[in-house]
Amino acid sequence: MGLLDYFRATQPIPGSATVAKERLQILVAHDRAARGCPSYLPQLQTEILAVIRKYIDIDMNAVTVSYEQSDAHEVLELNIILPDSPTPLR
Amino acid sequence: MAKIIVITSGKGGVGKTTTSASLAMGLAQKGKRTVVIDFDVGLRNLDLIMGCERRVVYDFVNVINNEASLSQALIRDKRCDLLYVLPASQTRDKDALTKEGVARVLEELSANYDFVICDSPAGIEHGATMAMYFADDAVVVTNPEVSSVRDSDRMLGILSSKSRRAEMNEEPIREFLLLTRYDPARVQNGEMLSVDDVQEILALKLLGIIPESKAVLTASNSGTPVILDRESDAGQAYSDMVARYLGDEVPHRFLHTEKKGFLSRLFGG
Repeated sequence: MGLLDYFRATQPIPGSATVAKERLQILVAHDRAARGCPSYLPQLQTEILAVIRKYIDIDMNAVTVSYEQSDAHEVLELNIILPDSPTPLR
Repeated sequence: MAKIIVITSGKGGVGKTTTSASLAMGLAQKGKRTVVIDFDVGLRNLDLIMGCERRVVYDFVNVINNEASLSQALIRDKRCDLLYVLPASQTRDKDALTKEGVARVLEELSANYDFVICDSPAGIEHGATMAMYFADDAVVVTNPEVSSVRDSDRMLGILSSKSRRAEMNEEPIREFLLLTRYDPARVQNGEMLSVDDVQEILALKLLGIIPESKAVLTASNSGTPVILDRESDAGQAYSDMVARYLGDEVPHRFLHTEKKGFLSRLFGG
């Protein structure tokens, strides 16, 4: 950067590359996790949630479905967070 | 048996065709019998970059549909005897490239050439899938910019799951990174992702870094692959890339800005 640049009105925002890198790292990790998952997973999640909500009032985000692939087997993990004092709906 | 190389990226406008043209020319000049195929059906451009657009009679789809033979459709480069171009057709029928048809053409070429370079269209649709399906090696062209890096990563996922080698459980496609439109000055100012940043995310073998260069536009204006402009930084970077691809140990250049003199330093020239 030239000496006179210090007196110029417009200065580039320093370190925007750092922001880019951080955003990419998160994004790519997320993309990679979703890769190889069966395409029915999101729908499975909403349907399971619908069934549970018939009985217990739980949050929309309380169900997580994850899918892992190892050499010999595949794991479909279902995690439901129930409220502290479940209020039965019926 | 020819080696099939796909030039891919996901994102458009990053330099796939420029790279295809220069890699093909570089390999041919090193004595390799090379053919470069334009897979961008409907939007052919490789013939323009190669400077043979007025010599196109038959195209890739004609050969697939048995309307022309391969030798009728192939265009021999006027600057290098060992280099041939197979242009894409301008048909709007996206499904003109059948898997069987592409397989047949590649097999026929495979017998007579050392390298077949497949210039992929942008995106992840049919043309792009066909370009990479039969590949042995892949050059992933990436700009140091968020959307390009992300798309490249997605492309890597597709290469490792939807290719012939993946489906047949064969040894996976060898993947290489080519970083294009690199601006060392902006990297130094922290405005652009550096080679190391991109490498940290994509973790590929780095085949080359092509600096942002006026020579690329000048070369495309005249239909000359930029590798033939030996005076230019981009031309030299592409030559290095070809040598590296063929197994030479060539250090990466154009990573840093040229040292400035006192006056230009003072006035920021």
